[in-house]
Amino acid sequence: MQEHDMSWVRTEMTLAQTAPRSQVGPGAWIRRSLFSTPTDSVMTILAALVVAWALPQILNWLFFSAIWSGADRTACLTTEQGGQLPAGWSGACWPFVTSRFGQFMFGRYPLEERWRPILTGIIFVALIVPLMIPRAPFKRLNAILFFVVFPFIAFFLLVGGAFGLRFVETPLWGGLLVTLVISYVGIVTSLPIGILLALGRRSKMPAVKLLSVVFIETVRGVPLVVVLFMASFMLPLFVPPGVTFDKLLRALIGVALFSSAYMAEVIRGGLQAIPKGQYEGADSLGLGYWQKMGLIVMPQALTLVIPGIVNSFISLFKDTTLVLIISMFDLLGVVKQNISGDPTWATPQTAKTGYVFAAAVFWIFCFGMSRYSQYMERRLDTGHKR
Amino acid sequence: MKHIAISVLGAAAAIGLMASAASADTLSDVKAKGFVQCGVNTGLAGFSAPNDKGEWTGIDVDFCRAVAAAVFGDGTKVKFTGLSAKDRFTALQSGEIDILSRNTTWTINRDTALGLNFAGVTYYDGQGFMINSKKLPGVNSALQLSGAAICVQSGTTTELNLADYFKANKMEYNPVVFEKFEEANAAYDAGRCDAYTTDQSGLYAVRLQMSSPNDHVVLPEIISKEPLGPSVRQGDDKWLDIVKWTYFALLNAEEAGVTQANVDEMKNSDNPDIKRLLGSEAETKIGTDLGVSNDWVVNIVKATGNYGEIFERNVGQGSPLKIARGINALWTKGGLQYGMPIR
Amino acid sequence: MAQEVYHEAEPAKASLLYDPKVRGIAFQVILIALLVLGIWWIVDNTIVNLRRSNISTGFGFLRGRSGFDISDRMIDYGSDSSYGRALVVGILNTAVVAISGIITATIVGFLVGVGRLSNNWLIRKLAMVYVEVFRNIPPLLVILFWYQGVLALLPNVRDSFALPFGSFLNNRGFYFPRFVWGDGSWLILAGLLAGILLSWYVARRAYARQMATGQRFPVFWTSLALIVGMPLLGYFLGGLPVSMDFPQKGTFNLTGGTNVKPEFLSLFLALSFYTASFIAEIVRAGIVGVPKGQTEAYSALGLRSGQGLRLVVIPQAMRIIIPPLTSQYLNLTKNSSLAVAIGYPDLYAIGGTILNQTGQAIEVVVIFGIVYLGISIFTSVLMNWFNTKMALKER
Repeated sequence: MQEHDMSWVRTEMTLAQTAPRSQVGPGAWIRRSLFSTPTDSVMTILAALVVAWALPQILNWLFFSAIWSGADRTACLTTEQGGQLPAGWSGACWPFVTSRFGQFMFGRYPLEERWRPILTGIIFVALIVPLMIPRAPFKRLNAILFFVVFPFIAFFLLVGGAFGLRFVETPLWGGLLVTLVISYVGIVTSLPIGILLALGRRSKMPAVKLLSVVFIETVRGVPLVVVLFMASFMLPLFVPPGVTFDKLLRALIGVALFSSAYMAEVIRGGLQAIPKGQYEGADSLGLGYWQKMGLIVMPQALTLVIPGIVNSFISLFKDTTLVLIISMFDLLGVVKQNISGDPTWATPQTAKTGYVFAAAVFWIFCFGMSRYSQYMERRLDTGHKR
Repeated sequence: MKHIAISVLGAAAAIGLMASAASADTLSDVKAKGFVQCGVNTGLAGFSAPNDKGEWTGIDVDFCRAVAAAVFGDGTKVKFTGLSAKDRFTALQSGEIDILSRNTTWTINRDTALGLNFAGVTYYDGQGFMINSKKLPGVNSALQLSGAAICVQSGTTTELNLADYFKANKMEYNPVVFEKFEEANAAYDAGRCDAYTTDQSGLYAVRLQMSSPNDHVVLPEIISKEPLGPSVRQGDDKWLDIVKWTYFALLNAEEAGVTQANVDEMKNSDNPDIKRLLGSEAETKIGTDLGVSNDWVVNIVKATGNYGEIFERNVGQGSPLKIARGINALWTKGGLQYGMPIR
Repeated sequence: MAQEVYHEAEPAKASLLYDPKVRGIAFQVILIALLVLGIWWIVDNTIVNLRRSNISTGFGFLRGRSGFDISDRMIDYGSDSSYGRALVVGILNTAVVAISGIITATIVGFLVGVGRLSNNWLIRKLAMVYVEVFRNIPPLLVILFWYQGVLALLPNVRDSFALPFGSFLNNRGFYFPRFVWGDGSWLILAGLLAGILLSWYVARRAYARQMATGQRFPVFWTSLALIVGMPLLGYFLGGLPVSMDFPQKGTFNLTGGTNVKPEFLSLFLALSFYTASFIAEIVRAGIVGVPKGQTEAYSALGLRSGQGLRLVVIPQAMRIIIPPLTSQYLNLTKNSSLAVAIGYPDLYAIGGTILNQTGQAIEVVVIFGIVYLGISIFTSVLMNWFNTKMALKER
């Protein structure tokens, strides 16, 4: 073989040099991420102009020009509308929200009984927080408490009529309370029904499969308002004369049916992702159908689709607003009722203020849930790569 | 999962049980559950609206109290369900409520095809228009409204009358239709429409809710007959009788001069008409034949006052609406309210 | 128990009960029996209830006179028309909102979705804020916000904002001039048709030429010139037949011109911007799903990033995008039923009014079901066809 002439090979490393001025530092970052091409520069400038135009106006409306205290609508009216503020004023009318805050949260739930929904809320938070933290212990006990025991506690606390608690009829409920009750019941019922429907859709029994498919596709094909419409106008016709349902219960049935159809499709996705070997493995162990599903397939499938399930919960949470169309008062319903039905706070800014407040509440819940879903997705993702 | 399903079913069943059970014999059912369930408007000042303390007030509400007083001798044994125009008939048909007392117009279609039975007319009304006189200074007749945008509540007789009126007068208009009363009010107040139409009594109520009530005027035209009254399900004559005669009792009490204040001393009156009305006649069977106690009229008047008192308190001079009696006066004073004789 | 002897001789007798097939059939029979019983119970109750409340059944009511007016309508309709026709008006209104919303949402969604992957930091962040804000707010709230919060604050008719081209904006909606087609207008239409046909022909020839010789032809500009120029030619040949009908101030409203009402605008804007936030995420996922090698490959071929995105990445991303896009289109269509909250006469609102006038709850719900399911199936079929067309064609 040939001898290598090693004379030109360096024996020591060159010293690391600092990157050229054009590649590091804020200047380079700005050049790279804002002005890399002429088109980019134009877009950046346009976008910056839009931000510079909109952001101060938004902040101004929300905070700096906003009215923070007042007894009635005159506090938020300009001189030409019969108030004190300068002509052309525009800003949020926050006292509308603060004065109606109790209604927004509880509806017309009796004042002296409001500790009951508050207590229910505290128990709810105390149970759900450890359930959501993956490292918290006693998951099984916690889940049983949350899904099985809590509904009973909440039911007796909110409805009353036993244990010396006053009976509070559901037409008095409203606001965030109704939003959360409907979402919670929708979530808790849609999961088991959805699992059954998903299993039914993948079943080998033709009748079961057909029924599941027909149910899922019909419910998914029509808008929720039509399902609610059915629940509130047709349910009374379907039962024997004289038996009537509570209005809230009718909405709950509608929401539960609707969300379980969507849940079924999410879970079906998880079932399809489980390799055939798992089914065969279970069969070879001599497990029956329910053992196989309950012990082997479902735990894997459900873990796979947790993000999808949380996403359905988010849509369900947003969909609860639709009950206002069948004259029930969830958070949005109460806000809307206070905007259009009550002259005490009738000002040009009231509607905007009320909706911005409601939007903020919904946004916090939904954004929180979506962040949690992303977190779980990342966690589960690493688990699978291992 | 099974546990969840069971627990949820349990909770659902428990809520379901809170519901009432009504059959062909409404009176027995009402007596069994201990209160009258009454469907009212969600918020129409003077007819049925919750006040600051959350108590229901209004003519329609007081009528339900009168029925409760007739049945139980106690005007407080009544519960109210707020209903929209859309769900009112279903609520009655399904047995969710026992009486529908929600400013509902008596029409043949509702009496036959919708399966209702009207018990009487608690308020003779007619449809009118309201405009903002600041924004439309020259308009003083509904016939000048050609081309206007008009706010109206959907699914009401109002919507149908509006179409007929403009068609009959060969005028164009632009209906802006809302499902809920409050939505239509808010849209009119915000200037979405030039005119607002509903029953005239309603116009007076809506006017008070506007941000500047004095700018709004009610136009003189009345374009329809709107006899408003309570209704019950078809096929239960006994219950219909009670509701119907409660209404007549209110009118007869006013005619006889029996008021909330003097009802106790009137019981000792020598006038045979009054004695018969108040059940103080010896061996009377008027009340028991109806299915209530013999002092039912006394109970009614004690609970709500006579018709005139209900009217003045809720929509008349004693209320912010200040509507004159007009055709709702007793027949003896030139009005249409005529109580059938109780004998 | 332990003393129990294993009977080998009679496996068949025991196995009938434990045979999965037999059990399956038995289970299905029981299920169907229960279902039939349940349906029978419901039907029986319904019949009793309907008879008790003296409600007639059947679809005969559709021929009855409706008696109410509808302001937004595509077809001729008046209070003398039938309930059936009123429903058709509602279906068309639903279709108008759905189609215009789908188009806008797709355009906005694609722009934002591409923007989320932009190299430009500011654009990327703005797109993210847009998506996160709209995705997490109920659509009904967005609709109400537009209607009661924004559009209701526009000036009244007398103080309308005057916009270019004789259009106006006020709290009764958006008014713009309408073309009035005089005699000879058919020449314009003919010109337009000729322009489209010619462009199609040019595009085909240009493609063939590029395949054969590699030379490119400016198809876009030629087509634009043809499609604009031919109708203009028709306009002049026809003797300037088109005049404009400008909105004028009448006693109450602006008269003349075309009016887009605030109810429609609110619904349209809310649905478009709400759905666009979901479409943006789908588009982003689709583009991210295209392997990085494709980007490197087009760079190696010397394509600029805009060209590469248009010619290489997006066509491949479309395969990932289309299925979830379909369900967003369906969601938008179904969400259009929220129109009822602000008084836009869509199918659901008009159906509700009819229910209230006639009491025919079951028939109305059946009609809702048929129409919405029909729309869903139609959209799915259409998008499936598109999907097959876009699918990977392996040679």
